[in-house]
Amino acid sequence: MEPTLPDRRAIPNGAAHLAGSAPGQRAQPLIELRSASVCSAEQPNQVVVQGLNWTIEEHQFWVVGGLPGSGKTPLLETAAGLWRPRAGTHLMFGQDVAEMSSGDLDRARRRVGLVFGDGGRLFGELTVLRNVALPLCYHRECGEHAVAAQVAALLADTGLSLLADYYPSQLGRGWRQRTALARALALGPELLFLDNPLAGLDPRQRRWWMEFLTQLAWTGLGTERRRMTVVVAADDLRPWLGMARQFALIQERRWVPLGTRADLERCTEPLLRELLAEAVDSG
Amino acid sequence: MFESPLPRSYTKFVGNWLLASGENARGLLAFALITLGVLVTRFGQAAAVIHPLIVAQVARAGIRMLPMVSFLAAALGFVVIGQTVALLTRVGAQHLVGTVMVTAVVRELGPLVTALVVLLRVGTASVVELGTARAMGEVEALEALGVDPVHYLVVPRVCGMAIAVFTLSAYLILGTLAAGYLFAFLQDVPLTPAEYFRQIALALTWQDFVLLALKTLLFGLIIAVVTCYSGLARPLRLAEVSAATTRALVWSLVACVFLDSVFIVVYLLM
Repeated sequence: MEPTLPDRRAIPNGAAHLAGSAPGQRAQPLIELRSASVCSAEQPNQVVVQGLNWTIEEHQFWVVGGLPGSGKTPLLETAAGLWRPRAGTHLMFGQDVAEMSSGDLDRARRRVGLVFGDGGRLFGELTVLRNVALPLCYHRECGEHAVAAQVAALLADTGLSLLADYYPSQLGRGWRQRTALARALALGPELLFLDNPLAGLDPRQRRWWMEFLTQLAWTGLGTERRRMTVVVAADDLRPWLGMARQFALIQERRWVPLGTRADLERCTEPLLRELLAEAVDSG
Repeated sequence: MFESPLPRSYTKFVGNWLLASGENARGLLAFALITLGVLVTRFGQAAAVIHPLIVAQVARAGIRMLPMVSFLAAALGFVVIGQTVALLTRVGAQHLVGTVMVTAVVRELGPLVTALVVLLRVGTASVVELGTARAMGEVEALEALGVDPVHYLVVPRVCGMAIAVFTLSAYLILGTLAAGYLFAFLQDVPLTPAEYFRQIALALTWQDFVLLALKTLLFGLIIAVVTCYSGLARPLRLAEVSAATTRALVWSLVACVFLDSVFIVVYLLM
């Protein structure tokens, strides 16, 4: 089942949009990193981003750009609570990660979905269906039959119904990436991090991803129609210009907040100009 | 330029080796305690996911090893036990058959050979699986889903290997004793089955059963903890998985032999 693309005119604009919060009341940020230094997972002593001040609020759509190897993946993994920042403060849903018990951290992680790049880091010994069912069965303490309807709905939403019994090694990159998306959505997260989701995909798959994420961020999935906060790390910002509302760059270990789409036009960062040259000139 | 693989200073080499060994032992102990903690506190949690994995590990480390263990039981019975029975009969010491059987097979060969078989066939495969999973980032994927990697990956292997070494040891011992008598019978040793098994029964004490159970369960635990630690405990690249497998094999072997020597002391004190 292909998701329908919402009317672009209906998409609200501006970083200050906070749907769901009461008038005059500011919702609690989902994630906050203050003066944080992020390290590489492979080399824990190597700082890849420093002086990071980043607040992710409800219903925002962030795109973080940067050259390959600039530290986008460790940044997302740290923000999602997989690693602790080397310095600074990291708050998840208002709680300081450094002061959380392991149980609290587990609960906070479950409110965040993370779609890893490069094939999605699926569990190779499990089929597509079981990859998606695993987090549900584990946390709800039930068998596969008890979550079958929910898993079937997730597979249908992501166009994986016919591939349910395939193993990840039997699938192409695009389908593996979709399985990772379905798995990340299984626990109904409030915030979704996606690491370079369009890398290496064919145009058809890319179009599907753009439409699906648009729906996820602006109209919500399923009967609940609960909109999701989305953060994408990307080597190439251009596909996201019409969709995301907040932009930032990682450049030479610096965190460079860029603001909204309108601010991009005025930004003088050489790397951004380089990354956007084609799109801004043509747009 | 490639550096020579030989150390320039042997004192420095030995010092570094000792420091690294101490660090590894500390890491292993910490990992074992974490595993034990998770095993105790979370055994009943997510039973629908974890218990089938335990059953799968028991099948993999236990049931699928039965043909191999049967072959080894026959070989041990024919080569070692049959020879011993024949020799004892030749020197007129048939009354020691039971004691020799219990000492050689029940206390030593059975548990140790089973542990080695499980280590070689299942332990090494576990290091490769877990090391690859670690190198491919699957462990972080589990953590991102709020699934405890120790609970999901280590606990089933620990339970599976401990149960497998225990049950396979019992199977190997029974098979070896039976095959040993068969060989003795083929050599025309004047020993009836009733007499053979009566002597073994007389030589066995209740402590033998308790210590056999304890020893085999500990062998299984050691193999599982060492192999899981080698595959999971530190970030690995794919190219490092083979080295981690070799390391796990050596550490497990040394730890099992060390534990065996502790049990020898206990048997001597009995």
